[in-house]
Amino acid sequence: MKLTTTRRLERLHERYANGDLSRRTFLTLTAAAATTAGLSMPWMGRALAAATEVRFDGWGGTVQDAIDKYAFQPYTAKTGIKVVQGTFGDEDEIITKIKTSKPGDYQVVHSSGVNYYIKYINAGVNSEINEANIPNLANVLQPMIEPFRKLTPKLSAVPYDYGTTGIAYNTTVISPEEAKEKGVGLLFDKKYAGKVGGYADMTTRVWYAALQTGQDPNAIKDMDAVWAKVRENRDLAKKFWSSGAELMDLLSKGEIVVTDAWSGRIAALQDQGHPIGYLDPKGSYAWMEDMLILKGSPMAECEELINFMLDPATSIAVAEGQSYPPSLDPTKVKLTEKIEKLPAFDPTGSMKALTFADPIYWADNEDAWTKQWNRIAKGA
Amino acid sequence: MAAAQSWSIYDRRLAWALAAPAAILLAVLLVAPVLMMAVYTFYTFVTAGVESATLTLDNWKEFLTDSYYHGFLWKTMRVGAITAIVSAVLGYFPAYFIWATTFRHKWLLLLLLIVPFWISFTIRTFSWIHILGEQGLINVTLLKLGVIDQPLTMLYTEGAVIMGLTHFLLPYMILNVYVSLESIDRTLISAAQSMGCTSAQAFREVTLPLSLPGLAAGLLLCFVLAAGSYVTPQLLGSGRDALFGNLIYDTIMGELNWPMGATLSIVLFVVLGFFAAIYTRYMGMSQIVKGLGG
Repeated sequence: MKLTTTRRLERLHERYANGDLSRRTFLTLTAAAATTAGLSMPWMGRALAAATEVRFDGWGGTVQDAIDKYAFQPYTAKTGIKVVQGTFGDEDEIITKIKTSKPGDYQVVHSSGVNYYIKYINAGVNSEINEANIPNLANVLQPMIEPFRKLTPKLSAVPYDYGTTGIAYNTTVISPEEAKEKGVGLLFDKKYAGKVGGYADMTTRVWYAALQTGQDPNAIKDMDAVWAKVRENRDLAKKFWSSGAELMDLLSKGEIVVTDAWSGRIAALQDQGHPIGYLDPKGSYAWMEDMLILKGSPMAECEELINFMLDPATSIAVAEGQSYPPSLDPTKVKLTEKIEKLPAFDPTGSMKALTFADPIYWADNEDAWTKQWNRIAKGA
Repeated sequence: MAAAQSWSIYDRRLAWALAAPAAILLAVLLVAPVLMMAVYTFYTFVTAGVESATLTLDNWKEFLTDSYYHGFLWKTMRVGAITAIVSAVLGYFPAYFIWATTFRHKWLLLLLLIVPFWISFTIRTFSWIHILGEQGLINVTLLKLGVIDQPLTMLYTEGAVIMGLTHFLLPYMILNVYVSLESIDRTLISAAQSMGCTSAQAFREVTLPLSLPGLAAGLLLCFVLAAGSYVTPQLLGSGRDALFGNLIYDTIMGELNWPMGATLSIVLFVVLGFFAAIYTRYMGMSQIVKGLGG
């Protein structure tokens, strides 16, 4: 209680000092806080005790290591609030856990953008963020915030990073020239039968099958042709991976020589010296990730954590560590050379060079397509 | 006199009182969740992660009319049966050896059976990737010896799944057979031999028939555990090598379709329960209890 109240009053004072609040409003709110404090009973202190820890669930691996090292540890050192972490390989897995737990058990999720944002909204587990508590939101790319705001005018999540799912290939088997020439076609090349991989995810599979059939993944006209391509790809595939760690393992051990892959994980493999090339073919699947606060969470602490994570110094350090560009607007914040060289980085800040999934279109088809993909993956 | 009656060792009330904690635990932790799942099978799926309490038979209709599910159910039974039989063939001999050996420290052999359980099941399953993979132990050895010039495809196949399941289930089979062998009166074998049976005949006519309850218990246990497995096919198999458990996982965790996932769960529960019931009808459960108890 002490911590939260103090911080809230500090913020209130700051807003008053900045001229954001009138003197009358400031005094009214301060008086209300004082009255509340005066009327509070001894047991209220325990009941309303400020959170001493925040629960975070993310993708694990190199990505979460970077977040932990450059954001959570400094945050804990600064505030004394511990960040208790969990991981998941598939976001549907964490949604299931959230559904079966009580509000507040899970608090902040490193979520996969608007496609998943809709699922949390449908399940009624999203919160309402007080944006005034996240001043660093001003530095976040507006084109990344807009899709979220279209779904909920009051945000439940804040965009944090983005990347692409491009094509990764073993350079000892496939030359960069061949990769560039064939592009998406590499995933469907019979020459590499039994050595092809892919993300075991409906969106990615349908996306690349749509590209291979010459269709716009955000407006597919011939779905039968797409499913035929998905099957063709499945028959060539050795294994569809289901986590970043599995992707890295399959590529580094030579089990597969070509796969669609997350840009940051490939950058990590390249840093480790593995002979892996990466390219983003035209229409490559771009995605963004966000920090989502769930209903029942200690909002002030969660907002403060996210604000800390969005601080340019923190966000840049995390981005360099996880090899994904941050959501910071490069026209407002000076980013480093290393970030500017990351795959998928958009120096304009307009995000127009990247093709994101249309959340409404994909949400409308999600149930039927996921069911069909699950069947095809199992040989149907 | 009244006090003596109320504390009689055969008192029904005392028996109920002693059984009550276990009965309550079973009701709360087993019966209630299964009943809840059964109710869920009649719920209506709205969209991923959302269902309504409007009762419907749609989930059951889908299961009964869709051959996709029947195919996987059959495949799961087949893989479960193969795993159980392979475990029986591979497990009988070590069990017989442990029983028959005159080695002073027999406990050490039994301990070796339990040692794998000290390591995480997932880790043990993962270890097969480093053995069966293209750069795994077998392929690298064969390539270096010049026996093969291309790596063999062993990982992400049904064979790898059966191997992984057998590896996991073999100790259960060995323990069941061993317990069954231990209960054989050895004088019966001596009697058979004294009446002219060779060792092989004594085994065939006395030891094997008397150890069959343990073998059957091991078969049932291995079959049920293999048919209900999810992790091994996920790690060692390709998508095509999925079992019914993976279907349930994908339906609940991937499609977030709880009503259909609950329907599939109840189907697997009923099918495996059916096999357990047949076993119990003819063999009784005591052998399994003995086997699991060591």
